[in-house]
Amino acid sequence: MGERVAGSEMEWREKMNWGEFFAMNGYAFYVWGSYGMAVLVFAIEVVLVRNRRKQTLRNLRLMRDEMGESA
Amino acid sequence: MAINWFKYSAPTTFYGLAGKLIPFFAWPAAILFAIGIYIGFFVAPTDATQSEAYRIIFLHVPTSILSMFLYLIMAGYAALGLIFNTRLSSMMAQAVAPTGALFAFISLWSGALWGKPMWGAWWVWDARLTSELILLFLYLGYIALHASIEDPRRADRASALLAIVGSVNVPIIYFSVKWWNTLHQGSTIKYSGTSMHIAMQQAMFAVLIACWLYVIAVTLARARSIILEREANTQWVNELPEVKWNGEKK
Repeated sequence: MGERVAGSEMEWREKMNWGEFFAMNGYAFYVWGSYGMAVLVFAIEVVLVRNRRKQTLRNLRLMRDEMGESA
Repeated sequence: MAINWFKYSAPTTFYGLAGKLIPFFAWPAAILFAIGIYIGFFVAPTDATQSEAYRIIFLHVPTSILSMFLYLIMAGYAALGLIFNTRLSSMMAQAVAPTGALFAFISLWSGALWGKPMWGAWWVWDARLTSELILLFLYLGYIALHASIEDPRRADRASALLAIVGSVNVPIIYFSVKWWNTLHQGSTIKYSGTSMHIAMQQAMFAVLIACWLYVIAVTLARARSIILEREANTQWVNELPEVKWNGEKK
């Protein structure tokens, strides 16, 4: 089905050949290395931002409790 | 109806507003990332000269654009904080910096992984690459300088100067491919039009918008923590339900 876009490549689009898709015609390391690092970096950033909020709230509660005890 | 926009320049109101806005940026960002990646990998055709390696473009170009814009936004906030002495502007500059550094890093990383198969080198000391590396160091320098000064208001002022002076690097990155004979290519998309396949343009545009939305969500979230840390001794912070709540004991 459909017309071929650029010669014999893009086979996975017609046949859904996942092996060929992940091989990226020999450029798998470069393509997935780029996207993989981006996903990793974004995931780490989201975790760090969440942890920072938890830590900040914990510190604020501790500060308030200490003030309450001394008062 | 008069809306007092200056109300939101106060950390008190901005904190609540930002909290409400985050999901409206985070979810569309995730959806647009998925759409962009789908178009980029399943709709966009294979490149005639670069085969499948060119697909790095859908990550490399949006993150590179963002790394430059975020620097100008950071420097702009820092400058506002310096000139008008507004606390929130300085806090926003502080909130943007780590994300800007990450985008500069992804730009360099994906560039190296693209350069190796296409140019035969991970790295060359070309004007475009070198000025982008300097951008990463400027972000890191800003973060380090801000962290090294105890008093936050003094840290704001000192690091603002660094951010403002460093912003001269952004046009250098942008025009480097025109001013010097670089290995890095010039823009494929110009004001006069482009030779790029429509699906490639769509994929790049979708990822670019997704990156913007992600940046807004993550910056607002970080800004909220910065506000709490820097306003820790104020009454409004101590009266927040999330601070009052004490699930661990009592």
